[in-house]
Amino acid sequence: MNEWLLAQAPFLPPTVAAVLVILFKIVLIVAPLMVCVAYLTLAERKVIGYMQVRLGPNRVKLFGLNFTRGLGQPIADALKLMTKEIIVPSGANKFLFLAAPILALAPALAAWAVVPFGAEMTLANINAGLLYILALTSLGVYGIIIAGWASNSKYAFLGAMRSAAQIVSYEIAMGFALVCVLVAAGSLNLGEIVEAQRGNLLTWFWVPLFPMWLIYFISGVAETNRAPFDVSEGESEIVAGFHVEYAGMAFALFFLAEYANMILIAGLTAVLFFGGWLSPFPAAWGEWPVVGMLIGDGIHWFLFKLSFFLFCFLWFRATFPRYRYDQIMRLGWKVFLPITIVWIVVTAVAVLLELPPWFDRA
Amino acid sequence: MNAIVSYLKSLALVELANGMRLTGKRMFSRKITIQYPEEKTPQSARFRGLHALRRYPNGEERCIACKLCEAVCPAVAITIESEPRDDGTRRTSLYDIDLTKCIFCGFCEESCPVDAIVETRHFEYHGEVRGDLLMTKQKLLAHGDRMEAQIAADRVAEARYR
Repeated sequence: MNEWLLAQAPFLPPTVAAVLVILFKIVLIVAPLMVCVAYLTLAERKVIGYMQVRLGPNRVKLFGLNFTRGLGQPIADALKLMTKEIIVPSGANKFLFLAAPILALAPALAAWAVVPFGAEMTLANINAGLLYILALTSLGVYGIIIAGWASNSKYAFLGAMRSAAQIVSYEIAMGFALVCVLVAAGSLNLGEIVEAQRGNLLTWFWVPLFPMWLIYFISGVAETNRAPFDVSEGESEIVAGFHVEYAGMAFALFFLAEYANMILIAGLTAVLFFGGWLSPFPAAWGEWPVVGMLIGDGIHWFLFKLSFFLFCFLWFRATFPRYRYDQIMRLGWKVFLPITIVWIVVTAVAVLLELPPWFDRA
Repeated sequence: MNAIVSYLKSLALVELANGMRLTGKRMFSRKITIQYPEEKTPQSARFRGLHALRRYPNGEERCIACKLCEAVCPAVAITIESEPRDDGTRRTSLYDIDLTKCIFCGFCEESCPVDAIVETRHFEYHGEVRGDLLMTKQKLLAHGDRMEAQIAADRVAEARYR
């Protein structure tokens, strides 16, 4: 794709053209992501509604078409939030107060740079992809802490403290789970991690690393402050936690960050444990005419797996009551951490013994 | 032994899986949402909605200004003033119900000896300016005139339980 894009404008200097190509790719990733976030809010309300035997939003139509009932809702919400006033509390630190939502959203978007959508579809195919992801997902907590601090409000501050402690705790379990993946794949590059899982449904890493997959996904739910780990928002205890003082577009940015993070965690789970863009069917089936396109490897498998894990996020929220705070800490430090450390040893031994079918490096 | 079993169970997320199975099943069950403006829930004849003052069939207002409703009202939402009319009967000169105070308990209706003040089944109303939710005697009588057919029918239907 690079060469084709560069060939479109031969009159531009090569550096300018290269920058334009990168910008074009960024738009290609961020624009659909924003649409996904908007419609994820609708999907969440619909799915939770259906699980609670309700219908969910079904009034706002698109272009007055009857079958699009509810599909206009995200657009109406976005317009509402954009036209609302951003209220800055008089006791707040104005600069930090307005910088916090940006600090929350930027890492959530930047992390998408290394996510492999397909065999050659990565914005930045860097070798330390996994480290980059870990670094950026950790950065998101600064937005939340600064928001809670700059608001100069009790509830916001409590929410921020809870969130900081929780994210720091679960980062460790999450990091160890990722260490297992990198031991198993022998690479930090996300594309190579996917390639290391090539084979069929059972050679993906979720089989040898099954407990790590569970721990990674649960830690991911905790990292994104989603139910049942949403104590940092805890609307029944501390109103709305760290974003209680925010309104309008500043609030919407936190919302975008949370949902972009959800999509990111779902996508990473698909990449690290479920073979990313790989197809679950034997490679030979991909050669079939017509349907081969669908059965073979491709971005659609990545998106399908991502959607499934996103659905799980909503499913959890519809099912589980919120954890008590000390139980969250217990789960992170006393359950997940020991299990991950044990499983790192197990994985290392399995790799050393070249255990088939996963670790026999043919 | 039991402790070990429950420990293994919690490690295997058995109860969480059970919960998710339940919500997963409910997702495909029939939805019970009533889509309000188009569909409505059935209403009891005893429904306590907006108040009304009734009249006798000959047009004479029922209220005799005994002020029992004013006395019984737990929210002190009713204000009544009375004076003799030209024909010597006692009537209200002021009968206000402040709907912003009213808790719709129905005590006024229960206490009324002549079935003058009633709560109707009408509940879809709103106020746009201050004072819209202060029901004066005129407004209450007018509302009673509008709803009289239904009010009378409900009283007949409920008569054997009273």
